Amino acid sequence: MATSKKWVLGLVVLAVVVPLLKPVFPDAISDYRLFLVSTMIIASIAVLGLNLLTGFNGQFSLGHGAFYAVGAYTAAILMDQLSFPYWATIPAAAIVCFIVGYLFGLPALRLEGHYLALATFALALAVPQILKYRWLEGLTGGVQGIVLLKPEVPFGLPLTEDQWLYYFCLITMIILFWAAANMLDSRSGRAMMAIRDQNMAAETMGIDIALYKTVTFGISAAYTGIAGALSASAIAFVAPDSFTIFLSIKFLIGLVVGGIGSLAGSVIGGIFYVLVDNSAQALSQFVKNGLGLPFDLSAYTVFGILLIVIIYLMPTGLAGGLQAVWRRFQAARG
Amino acid sequence: MEQFLQQIASGLANGAIYACVALALVMIYVSTDHINFAQGEMAMFSTYLSWQLMTWGLSFWGAFVIAVALSFVMGVAIERLILRPLHTAPILSIIVVFIGLLAIFNSMAGAIWSYLIKEYPSPFPKSSFGIAGVIGSHQLGVVIVTLIVLGLLFAFFRYTPLGLAMRAAAQNPQMARLVGVRVDWMLALGWGLAASVGAVAGIMVAHIVYLDPNMMAGILLYAFASALVGGISTPAGAVAGGFIVGVLENMVAYAGNQIEQATGIYIIGNGEKLTVALIIVIFVLTVKPAGLFGRVVVKRV
Repeated sequence: MATSKKWVLGLVVLAVVVPLLKPVFPDAISDYRLFLVSTMIIASIAVLGLNLLTGFNGQFSLGHGAFYAVGAYTAAILMDQLSFPYWATIPAAAIVCFIVGYLFGLPALRLEGHYLALATFALALAVPQILKYRWLEGLTGGVQGIVLLKPEVPFGLPLTEDQWLYYFCLITMIILFWAAANMLDSRSGRAMMAIRDQNMAAETMGIDIALYKTVTFGISAAYTGIAGALSASAIAFVAPDSFTIFLSIKFLIGLVVGGIGSLAGSVIGGIFYVLVDNSAQALSQFVKNGLGLPFDLSAYTVFGILLIVIIYLMPTGLAGGLQAVWRRFQAARG
Repeated sequence: MEQFLQQIASGLANGAIYACVALALVMIYVSTDHINFAQGEMAMFSTYLSWQLMTWGLSFWGAFVIAVALSFVMGVAIERLILRPLHTAPILSIIVVFIGLLAIFNSMAGAIWSYLIKEYPSPFPKSSFGIAGVIGSHQLGVVIVTLIVLGLLFAFFRYTPLGLAMRAAAQNPQMARLVGVRVDWMLALGWGLAASVGAVAGIMVAHIVYLDPNMMAGILLYAFASALVGGISTPAGAVAGGFIVGVLENMVAYAGNQIEQATGIYIIGNGEKLTVALIIVIFVLTVKPAGLFGRVVVKRV
């Protein structure tokens, strides 16, 4: 435990210091790269949200894109209509998403396994349409969506917009991961995992299953919603068609690649899907020119193949799989 | 009144499509307890195959038969190669694999045939026959073709030894194995049949919704709703559910239209079709999970 704490601390220090070296290495630490890392941070928060629900509480969701959308739209509407400052939208989105997630968790109580997956899948498919609903158009801007402003650097700090965005995301992420780690380490966290592992035994021990499941759904939705709110600020734009079923699939790939039920894995998963998404163009070029195949490879082909391969070869995720290989290597050395 | 009848007729035509996809879902669910989230994308891929065959010069029905046969092979191959080794895997793994298949089929179709929306021909004569003005010739053709397919399937399961073996394998794998049924091949055949039925649905609906890689998303959602309404463990129920949901879908939109005309208040219309399906899915799952015709499963604890 002590060594892993040191590692985390070291990484955090690294994450804080490196962007400040921008004037020293202007090429290596460009604004674009910082923005990319910010989206990775946002992604890992979203994946953490899904992980709290699926990995630690055993409830499936193929529709977390819906909560991401609710978070993003809550933030966008508050900024657009009520001119909230961007930082105030984060707690607001968290509260709204907690309520929505909690309410969705109520019918979800009656569903298990496949059926819950089915209900959330249906939710994910319907989200873009719900956002275009005519009565909401005044708020959501319909198909056009809402255009926002990028967060401004506060207190006259000598940072660029992207640098500040990065720090804002990083601080949010550290708070959220710290909170999640503490929650999981508490009595409530153990109750969550007990429900995942042995539903009935947990109930016998006096755990209020309905309460824990619905509240976990709410917390999970709140995490993913915060990620959505951050993304609205980061991209400075929201539109219904960015919240399709494929967004939920991205969270799922993050979950599976990082490792189901692993906090650190959520970070790895988030980084991973943003990386693949962003290198899809290069990948497609490689397939076309390098291998001479006559079609455009998209990121989702890679995602799909990886989902299947990882389930086969590394059921504990990329992180867990590499760890296992490393352990075997250690054992072989003596 | 005529508009009302038109709505019912086109609801039945949509319902025929939903019934096919719902039946495909139920065939897989009954035999393996899995919900195939990739069913719609598989059907979409088959439809593209038939389109490709037509651009290579085949007639509509020639392409239809070959595409359906290829889909059968595809379904069998997926079951044997990808799902067989996961027989005892936890539910989450299975769901993840289905989502993986969904992503692969969708992106491959986009990669091979591009995301541009394509026109898809109708095999039925243009001249309006049947009840003029109420049902279009394509819609009538869709209903007839799907009824033929459903009839053939029913006959196959009811009157042939292979169909009997497949039903046995789905109902009681252990006993079926003891009397000499090759259960795992029966499951693979079931997958093949499901893929074929899905292909029929895709080819029939492509003229209406146009051909594009995301064409089946809404239809799959409605098929889920249909299967649930009818009872996801009963094939006949799923077919009935398909027609019920198809008509219901159009009735909701029609009622919304009438209300808007009468009062000027917009409540619901064609733009909310997926939301209606979502509400049906969640309503049935929470209120009556066994559906209208399904049996209530009692779990022993």
